[in-house]
Amino acid sequence: MNIHEYQAKEIFRKYGVPTPRGGVAFSGPEARKVAESLGGNLWVVKAQIHAGGRGKAGGVKLAKSLEEVEKIAEEMLGMTLVTHQTGPEGKVVKKVYIEEGADIKDEFYLGMVLDRALEMPVMMASTEGGMEIEEVAAKTPEKIIKVAIDPAIGFQPFHARKLAFGLGLPKEEQREFIKFATALYNVYMDNDAEMIEINPLIKTGDGKFLALDAKMGFDDNALYKHPEIAEMRDLDEEEPTEVEAKKYGLSYIKLDGNVGCMVNGAGLAMATMDIIKHEGGEPANFLDVGGGANPDTVAKGFEIILSDPNVKSIFVNIFGGIVRCDRIANGILQATEKVEVNVPVIVRLDGTNAEEAAEILRNANIKNIIPATDLKDGAKKAVAAAKGEL
Amino acid sequence: MSILVNKDTKVIVQGFTGKEGTFHAEQCMAYGTNIVGGVTPNKGGMTHLGKPVFNTVEEAVKATGATVSMIFVPPAFVADAVMEAADAGIELAVIITEGAPVKDMMYAKHYATKKGMNTIGPNCPGIITAEECKIGIMPGNIFKKGNVGLISKSGTLTYEASNQVVKEGFGITTAVGIGGDPIIGLSYKQLLPMFEADPETEAIVMIGEIGGDLEIQAAKLIKEQITKPVIAFIAGQTAPKGKRMGHAGAIISGSKGTAAEKMEALREAGVYVVESPADIGITVAKALTEKNK
Repeated sequence: MNIHEYQAKEIFRKYGVPTPRGGVAFSGPEARKVAESLGGNLWVVKAQIHAGGRGKAGGVKLAKSLEEVEKIAEEMLGMTLVTHQTGPEGKVVKKVYIEEGADIKDEFYLGMVLDRALEMPVMMASTEGGMEIEEVAAKTPEKIIKVAIDPAIGFQPFHARKLAFGLGLPKEEQREFIKFATALYNVYMDNDAEMIEINPLIKTGDGKFLALDAKMGFDDNALYKHPEIAEMRDLDEEEPTEVEAKKYGLSYIKLDGNVGCMVNGAGLAMATMDIIKHEGGEPANFLDVGGGANPDTVAKGFEIILSDPNVKSIFVNIFGGIVRCDRIANGILQATEKVEVNVPVIVRLDGTNAEEAAEILRNANIKNIIPATDLKDGAKKAVAAAKGEL
Repeated sequence: MSILVNKDTKVIVQGFTGKEGTFHAEQCMAYGTNIVGGVTPNKGGMTHLGKPVFNTVEEAVKATGATVSMIFVPPAFVADAVMEAADAGIELAVIITEGAPVKDMMYAKHYATKKGMNTIGPNCPGIITAEECKIGIMPGNIFKKGNVGLISKSGTLTYEASNQVVKEGFGITTAVGIGGDPIIGLSYKQLLPMFEADPETEAIVMIGEIGGDLEIQAAKLIKEQITKPVIAFIAGQTAPKGKRMGHAGAIISGSKGTAAEKMEALREAGVYVVESPADIGITVAKALTEKNK
């Protein structure tokens, strides 16, 4: 789960990771009020969406008066931001963050993530702050300094010193940086974070370090330990159909094609999309109905797939293991009684009792339901049906 | 022969008396797995499915001589269960549970490694040596005995692959579902050499997925150490580029973890890379025919 910048900064402050002062606002007048209470004569108005690249897309703007804060906030709220991380449809701005202006002397990058190969968290720093860090990693990997932290010893001053030397920080600034990095490690570990990114981390004119931006993602499996973070979930940032699917234990991702897919297991679901493409079609979605495909989940799956008007055929691809295919076949028949399915449904059931299942589907003799013998046959038929050639 | 487990392997079940533990332990026993007991704290002394229940793994190991544990405890208690198994001298923990916190698994895995215990999973179907020993939740009847080793990140794709191999008239030595979580136990890197060393295994199927770089590492290892034919499928060739929030993951692995990148690396290592998931079985047949020419 991802959270907004303003929420991440709230967590940062709790742990003593310094950030500029700021507050969130949902309207122009509210933004003005926040700016007023912050004081000063320079503010930054920042769109709060779950994506990077906001600056380039016009989602981060400087304001030199309270009037300007209000005006910018009003313009930004409701606007659709398209960045390299939002996808082409972009994201609508529903809240803005008003922050005091900062005296930027230097910009760095600081991030934390799990290194899957080392099985340890790593902290990464770079002098190329404010840049697109993926590009830095690709073109000048030597400009990214990484330290892996063995969880058995935790974050030690030597870890931080290595980063500080890598960033070329003079002696008098190292102590501040070590404090900053240590606090950040605690934020990461205590909250079961999946990643933290501060880009840029700035050094101010008076030698202080401040997190000017903050991105945080959390391990969904660990949210039960952190109810206060779970509460930060912003459903506005998620696809409504995906949220709806999750309620029923389904995992759904909408795509652009016209062959709907319903599959058990994430790997087989991806493989099903692959074979549809391989056979000359375009998948309309990823849908994993999980291990126990029953009439209710299958019915819900049909409903969700059919909510996409592009869908011209549906490929049900289920490998029956412990749950036998004959039971799944009956489940599919029951589901079609609950939901009106008006496109061809190609059903491929394989595994335990596959032949009995095929028999059940044939005997039911429903016009829209077309049994398939194997993966390839199913994919071919589903693609042909979507083209109106079946 | 096989790898890691066979008909003589003594297995205990952690979370034995729970709903999942009970159901799957029963299925495993029906398959022929030598389950010698189970552990559920505060239920020690009971008999469940005709086997003794212990309060601790240590007691279970002492009384039964078990070397492998199949873990079904709920996600919040998985790390504790894994560490308890490692502490009690278990040699291999097969962790079926889905949804374990990554940080917990990181600590548990480090401790297991320190104690010399192998792990498989979490969030995986388990391991099966065909017609001998099933430790997990896979449908046993799909795995007919044969000469193909199978390593897979995905559960249902493991079944799909085995089914195709069997339909072509071959069978499986051992199949291992390694799971796809950020922290996993045994992976391609450890399992490929085990299959290479197993005299019965003549070909190896590996099923990968997008994300991470385990398959890239596997490609390097195959090039250097594996002489048996390897057949690979990578799921997610058509997966859309995620709407990511940060870049930290990509930077750290030094690769983007795309299917194309993985397939290319495997091809370069001389692996039979299958583009359509329907072609796993026939490609195994082709590889074995070419090998035995």
